[in-house]
Amino acid sequence: MKLSELFKQGKFVITCEVGPPKGIEIEKILDELEPLRGKADAFNVTDLQSSVMRVGSLATCRLLKDRDLEPIMQLTCRDRNRLSLQSDILSAAVLGIENLLCLTGDHPKLGDHPAAMPVFDLDSVQLLLAVKSLMNGKDMAGNELEGQPPQFCLGAVVNPGADPLEPQIIKMAKKVAAGAEFFQTQAVYEVDKFARFMEKVKSAIGGKVPVMAGIVFLKSPAMAKFMNENVAGIHVPDEIIDELAAVPKEKRVEKSLEISARLIKQLKDLCQGIHIMSLGWERHIATVLKMAGL
Amino acid sequence: MLYTENKPIEEILESLGKEENIFLLGCNGCAEVCKTGGEKALSAMTAELEKAGKNVTGTCLVDFLCNKMLVTTRLTRQMHKLQQSDSILVLTCGIGVQTVSKVINKVVHPAANTVSLGGLQGLWPAEERCQACGDCALDYTGGICPITFCAKSLLNGPCGGAKDGKCEVDKEKDCGWQLIFERLQKIGRLENLKKVRSPRDHSKMLPSSQLRQTSFYDIEV
Repeated sequence: MKLSELFKQGKFVITCEVGPPKGIEIEKILDELEPLRGKADAFNVTDLQSSVMRVGSLATCRLLKDRDLEPIMQLTCRDRNRLSLQSDILSAAVLGIENLLCLTGDHPKLGDHPAAMPVFDLDSVQLLLAVKSLMNGKDMAGNELEGQPPQFCLGAVVNPGADPLEPQIIKMAKKVAAGAEFFQTQAVYEVDKFARFMEKVKSAIGGKVPVMAGIVFLKSPAMAKFMNENVAGIHVPDEIIDELAAVPKEKRVEKSLEISARLIKQLKDLCQGIHIMSLGWERHIATVLKMAGL
Repeated sequence: MLYTENKPIEEILESLGKEENIFLLGCNGCAEVCKTGGEKALSAMTAELEKAGKNVTGTCLVDFLCNKMLVTTRLTRQMHKLQQSDSILVLTCGIGVQTVSKVINKVVHPAANTVSLGGLQGLWPAEERCQACGDCALDYTGGICPITFCAKSLLNGPCGGAKDGKCEVDKEKDCGWQLIFERLQKIGRLENLKKVRSPRDHSKMLPSSQLRQTSFYDIEV
């Protein structure tokens, strides 16, 4: 099922991120998603997240499909040229995948193979246009596809905390023009800042494209501080870090989930969905959703 | 020796848009040999622009446009004409265009595509870099190269990975797209960012056999 259908129905859409394993034992990760059946609408499968080599998105998406869980295949420009990307897009359609999330991708230097060649033959806007072209029955070189063209719901990403924000909004508008039907964002911890971002989106793009706010569980005060120092566009305010640090270690998980649930409640009226990046805490997602009243 | 080829005149006129008063700056180094800079190219371009109804405010030929000091000295003498110009059309390689953009706060347009660095490279100033992509984008980015300044060589804007203006790959390195954004803001051309740039044509990086048969090339081999 295409995610765009849910937005059309006016549903507040919930997606969760799934990171394939570095190794071939994939059942454990898939089993952890079982409690989310019927609660999350779809599952993003990352494409060698953080430039770390692991099982691919396409195969994992198909395994989710086999379990009757809706996959969103993430597709980055880091590792494949336009021949390979277009081929994988057609392969995704053949395997029944209906949702694609197109993004630039992290640089290989950030991952576990820093010496790898960064490909970036296309950028995220051009990748969206490539999919759109295939959906219209032609490849990027203008050659006709045989038979029925593939059909996808296309997603893209935006970083609401980027500074300066204006180039992000300009690029977001280009992505919409290129065919993006929904956006997922970098992790959000500052509700006011996110509200201002949504205002800017509204004036630049018209507020027609659904935006799903990103949620990342804070596992520890150290993780929050690390993100503040190293991750672009993420700022965890001191109040939240102090709140988490004030409870004894054995209560940290509970507190962390409480913070996430509160953020979801505050963000719910500002956007059209949430995207949860649990980073190994898949088992806690159902609890957070319940605490947030979803 | 940097190999350059003239951009099609249609592309140049499109990039000049509504600008009427154009200053022409040619290079008498490698570009002269490739027939993209030099006296003849300057006269030909002057004629083309005048035919298209543009006013050529002045022309200037500099021996090596990659030499920042030399460019600054020569342009200082042309200040009056430059002030009357909407922009500068630079007839040389990607390095030369970046050099000009660095020394003067004016809109610059490249007239050529750099297709190969050949054997001997032009003078390599501190920051300006050219990967000889064969499809010069400096016009669109305010004279800062997105191919060499962005770690991912992105053409349609920043990836979102920069923090405090620094690249996700190296905290010491400026985000190329932030520099481009700031430059476009400064020269009032932010709308350039709204244009969608097509994927690169990598076949343009192969210099034609004709270009490889320049006298410079013969001496090198």
